Amino acid sequence: MKNLSQESAPILEALEKMKRLRLVPFDVPGHKRGRGNPELTEFLGEKCLSVDVNSMKMLDNLCHPVSVIREAEQLAAEAFGAAHAFFMIGGTTSAVQTMILTACKRGDKIIMPRNVHRSAINALILCGATPIYIDPEMDKSLGISLGMSYRAVEEAVKANPDAKAILVNNPTYYGICSNVEALAKLAHEHGMLLLADEAHGTHFYFHDKLPAGAMTVGADMAALSMHKSGGSLTQSSMLLIGPNVSEGYVHQIINLTQTTSGSYLLMASLDISRRNLALRGKEIFDKVIEMVEYAREEINAIGDYYAYSRELVNGDSIYDFDITKLSIFTRSVGLAGIEVYDLLRDEYDIQTEFGDIANILAYISVGDRPKDIERLVAALSEIRRNYRKDRSGMLEAEYINPQVCCPPQEAFYAPKRSLPIADTAGKVCSEFVMCYPPGIPILAPGELITPQILEYIRYAKKKGCSMTGPEDMDIEHLNVMEGSGK
Amino acid sequence: MDLWFTENHTENVRFSIKVDKQLYTGQSEFQRIDIFDSEEFGRVLALDGYVMLTEKDEFMYHEMIVHVPMCVHPNPRKILVIGGGDGGTVRELVKYSSVESVDLVEIDEEVVTACKEYLPQTAGMLEDPRVNTHFEDGLKFIRHHENEYDLIIVDSTDPFGPGEGLFTREFYGNCYKALTDDGIMVNQHESPFYANDAYAMQRAHKQIVNSFPIARVYQAHIPTYPSGHWLFGFASKKYHPYNDVDFEKWKKLGLKLKYYNTNLHSASFALPTYVEELLKDVE
Repeated sequence: MKNLSQESAPILEALEKMKRLRLVPFDVPGHKRGRGNPELTEFLGEKCLSVDVNSMKMLDNLCHPVSVIREAEQLAAEAFGAAHAFFMIGGTTSAVQTMILTACKRGDKIIMPRNVHRSAINALILCGATPIYIDPEMDKSLGISLGMSYRAVEEAVKANPDAKAILVNNPTYYGICSNVEALAKLAHEHGMLLLADEAHGTHFYFHDKLPAGAMTVGADMAALSMHKSGGSLTQSSMLLIGPNVSEGYVHQIINLTQTTSGSYLLMASLDISRRNLALRGKEIFDKVIEMVEYAREEINAIGDYYAYSRELVNGDSIYDFDITKLSIFTRSVGLAGIEVYDLLRDEYDIQTEFGDIANILAYISVGDRPKDIERLVAALSEIRRNYRKDRSGMLEAEYINPQVCCPPQEAFYAPKRSLPIADTAGKVCSEFVMCYPPGIPILAPGELITPQILEYIRYAKKKGCSMTGPEDMDIEHLNVMEGSGK
Repeated sequence: MDLWFTENHTENVRFSIKVDKQLYTGQSEFQRIDIFDSEEFGRVLALDGYVMLTEKDEFMYHEMIVHVPMCVHPNPRKILVIGGGDGGTVRELVKYSSVESVDLVEIDEEVVTACKEYLPQTAGMLEDPRVNTHFEDGLKFIRHHENEYDLIIVDSTDPFGPGEGLFTREFYGNCYKALTDDGIMVNQHESPFYANDAYAMQRAHKQIVNSFPIARVYQAHIPTYPSGHWLFGFASKKYHPYNDVDFEKWKKLGLKLKYYNTNLHSASFALPTYVEELLKDVE
């Protein structure tokens, strides 16, 4: 292997070299550098189409990387402090699923907080493992679920010594971190793996004012959305592993579901973004932190809104807080987060990341400009002036402790029946119901449907949350397990 | 020597001025600033390659953006100008002895510095003791003011680049909040003629209509702006732009102007049919 430095970008360099060769393409893709699809070329640009190519000798092959992709992955591993890094082109969903499929087989147990992304529970449907849910503590006044308290995980570990892994969000969508270092130690003491969903935490590895990146404090595997704070193209992602996980086995798992025509646009974007982060990460996130801190201060000065930050830290269920997340509590203005989210988009042409029933999240990155921050702050101030409501009658989000009646895989494939949603209380759900974003299930396959859950779904629908998951796209009906419940 | 300045008015239309001499070029944090002399238009200020003003026709723009609202409002004392770093709008405002203070909020200090040096025709009154200059984002400044100004003049660049935030609903809403109960806001409202300008004009109008009970548009002829046909927005909490205006009182002030007069005032609100329709589409 060559001696590489973080200044190099092996995939990018190989693509540049390939372009100079002016190869005559008698291989796929059929658009042949865009010539065969002028409309697409006009739309995306010739430069883009000229590198939308297939694996070939000089470009390596994502299914079995031996040259430039492997080099790029090694540089990424070095940049993030991991034993190995895998470039993932099926989104962080594929990285989370790979972690779980690596750790668990059919019938195995895995400890995870209930506020995981759907991709984690999807993996359980694929492999047949059983989740042991940790009740993430809830901040009642903000209506958000937090991290996992150490004691709760410790109890779960003691009750389930045969569990294979602990999965932790680092951080949650709202920016909240658990004590990953202590959880990793706990996992290792009991022969379990510590898996980290770092879909919202790529930037942790590049700035000392941010929470610790999971791999730096002992995690065995971590799934990172490079396309979020890392700046790469949508759908490109990274899976990191530590020295205790077999690189070859992880590769086999990835290849179970990964395309054999990996996109070089996505891979090059990972390679370039890794280089950018390694060389300039500190200054990039200095700038982001400065913008977010300014926005938070200004938003809190408007009145009613609460843009929260490190003051929430309690040493346990909020072990740390990601200050680059601009999460704003809106219920004090008398508006659900989703209502503010809709007003920002419809009336002020501002698109935020998501709104739930009490908060919105504005995603701030290196691509933001101070004048855009001013627009967001000004629009929030106007929304308060023009739309503020009496806050009585607003639903307070509460953590609804799921009653898991059977493992997700069994429920998903069991004989089922479609019922009008109002008639489903007491039955066992065989599909997902969630607001997207954030994509955290309200109901997952195998969970008991309660009147409290139905009330939450009804309220979220009424406020305008975009609900997804069920087979019935309008969410008028739900699939329940045949013969379940009353 | 044959040196020409060219601005693209659309992708397919160019407007050129023969340059006598380039006087100043600077790149600020926000934009490129150029000032040059020309035989036909005198001294010219361009930002990011777009003509902002020329000595020959700036009076048309500055008189119309200032004297229309100043004539309508019975007692304008506290004025806010957003943008307008060239000083032309301020120059017209300080002609009124009734004006007690003018806050000028310009994002780009380098524009003001360059204009003071090279464009005394417009920047000459920026040192008037009633004028307070703030180098700040207009949207940020306005957010912190409530029930304070009798008149706000939005003398902005185009709705792309540094002036972008000044064409938004949140900005107009904050202006409404910063005005007193009988306050007026006037803004540079783009042109109805070329498609892209007309689209920006419609969007601005739509946002203003949503923010103010009275929202009308008036026009002027400005030769060096794209198509030469330019619009201003008149938004008001209380006063109609030409009914019930005490024109006689204004005439008694005896201001000597070159473009604006009280006959033109009402007439400038009479718009061509296609412009009326563009506005109606978004009302």
